[in-house]
Amino acid sequence: MHESNLILEQKHNDHAHMEKKELLTEIEMRAIDHEISMVPYKKAAVIEALKIVQKQRRWISDESIDAIANYLEMSAAEVDSVATFYNLIFRKPVGKHVILLCDSISCYVMGYGKIYEALQKQLNIQFGQTTKDNLFTLLPNVCLGCCDHAPAMMIDEDLYEDVKEEQLDRILELYK
Amino acid sequence: MEQPLTKNIITGNTLSLKDYEQAGGYAALRKVLKDNSPQQVQQIVKDSGLKGRGGAGFSTGIKWSFVPMDENARHPKYLICNADEMEPGTFKDRLLLEGNPHQLLEGMILAAYAIKADISYVFLRWAYRKAAEIMEKSISDAYAAGYVGKNVLGSGWNLEMYLHTGVGRYICGEETALLNALEGKRATPRAKPPFPQVSGLYGKPTIVNNVETLSCLPHIINNGADWFRSLSVSEDSGTKLYGVSGKVKRPGVWELPLGTTMREIIEEYAGGMTNGYSLKGVLPGGASTDFLTEQHLDIKMDYTSVAAAGSRLGTGTIVVMDDKTCPVGFVHNLQHFFAQESCGWCTPCREGLPWVERILSGLEKGNGSPEDMELLQMHTQYLGPGNTYCALAPGAMEPLQSALKYFREDFVRHIEEYKCPYEG
Repeated sequence: MHESNLILEQKHNDHAHMEKKELLTEIEMRAIDHEISMVPYKKAAVIEALKIVQKQRRWISDESIDAIANYLEMSAAEVDSVATFYNLIFRKPVGKHVILLCDSISCYVMGYGKIYEALQKQLNIQFGQTTKDNLFTLLPNVCLGCCDHAPAMMIDEDLYEDVKEEQLDRILELYK
Repeated sequence: MEQPLTKNIITGNTLSLKDYEQAGGYAALRKVLKDNSPQQVQQIVKDSGLKGRGGAGFSTGIKWSFVPMDENARHPKYLICNADEMEPGTFKDRLLLEGNPHQLLEGMILAAYAIKADISYVFLRWAYRKAAEIMEKSISDAYAAGYVGKNVLGSGWNLEMYLHTGVGRYICGEETALLNALEGKRATPRAKPPFPQVSGLYGKPTIVNNVETLSCLPHIINNGADWFRSLSVSEDSGTKLYGVSGKVKRPGVWELPLGTTMREIIEEYAGGMTNGYSLKGVLPGGASTDFLTEQHLDIKMDYTSVAAAGSRLGTGTIVVMDDKTCPVGFVHNLQHFFAQESCGWCTPCREGLPWVERILSGLEKGNGSPEDMELLQMHTQYLGPGNTYCALAPGAMEPLQSALKYFREDFVRHIEEYKCPYEG
């Protein structure tokens, strides 16, 4: 590459870098600062930072990873290694509502499979996918801790127990 | 029958600070601050015979006794409540968190006092949204009442308390993985030694105790070690929250004397099997415990008796497998869970569990071969105790090895008939 191009590229990168630094909003930074004040060093607040940013933006983009990394003085790879470890940090865009369907043993015995089939049919998506209208993302989840009321699922922060196929229409309607 | 942990819990309701105080709450804390040294509290709990209710069943008093207590001990020391209940089939801590939060907080404060801790955390799984709301409010109420914070009840002792909600992953319930998660890292387990009591959160002395374990403490302090021992109907002490899920008439959770038989729990409390189903096997204490069968129904559900029968009490929440559920499918579901939840840190677990899952998936679809039986058997050895960093893979092998023993015929039929005999 020609030297002037190199410089240009360097400038471009610097510029991009600057932009990334400013990517966190005032609200996000304030919330992250509060978390930093509770831990012995900045890095220890990274999971909280991911939660804060995800709450604002619904998912964690590469740009969000960079922004958090800059803010906490970590490498982006380090932030990403944490982000990708935890299943409730979303590294891909999700729909407006996230359905977490329990696929663990008690729900398996009590027929979560039928609920999954019905959801697939109604929403026309499988686990890991988002509906075309961006309204719902369907994800499997480990035991939700209501095995005496299996099958169970959560939509956003709402828990549904003893779920029956015929109720799904009515439940989903609440989120449309 | 005494039910100290749940007697004040009304299903669907939360005991407020006022209700809890009226029922005698925080008397244990006042008592120890006045009368007992931390070492004395440790001794009372040791004498009570309380064992950890999170699954491993280790003596709580002995666990605490490894925390350095001399004046050279490093501070801050930490007390952590493990409220990351995620063992499939387990739903007992949720009841205590939602129903009587201050009983848990008082237990935490007592445990923190016993190890002279400075900071305490409730590590709560994300999915327990209602519990999160309740704990948030309860901690703030406890601060306002002077039970936590600077100069607890005028004793000169300071204890801070925080709620931390996780972002998923079963492995966070493993105590050293939990510490890494709290430090903002990937939740991989740590090598032991050093044990958390010496080098835990941020390298400082730390105790991690389960919700149910901690909830026992106010009652032990109020009524004494002998009383706690007298609650059980076995050599282990206290009551236990037992649960039953699966095809039974009344799935649920009940506080019963430790050592109540499995038959009594399933037949009397859970109302027996749903009509049209019979019992084929049970996981006595969550997904990572060995199967037991009908011949074991009369054993006492305590640490010693369940172990003698070849399984573990675990969390004490029974998952019933009925005669119309395919054992291979059942075990496949479990192994899918464990393979997915392996943190990937050590090779046997990371590579072995997906292999086991693939074999079981093949078997269930009718693509199995006799060799598969040997491969599965081999894995129960290779992924067994001593070959991995933590107990996840050995725990995963418990239901597999016992399924191969008790339900071998079902596995063989899948191979010989080239299909799942439970389908169609």
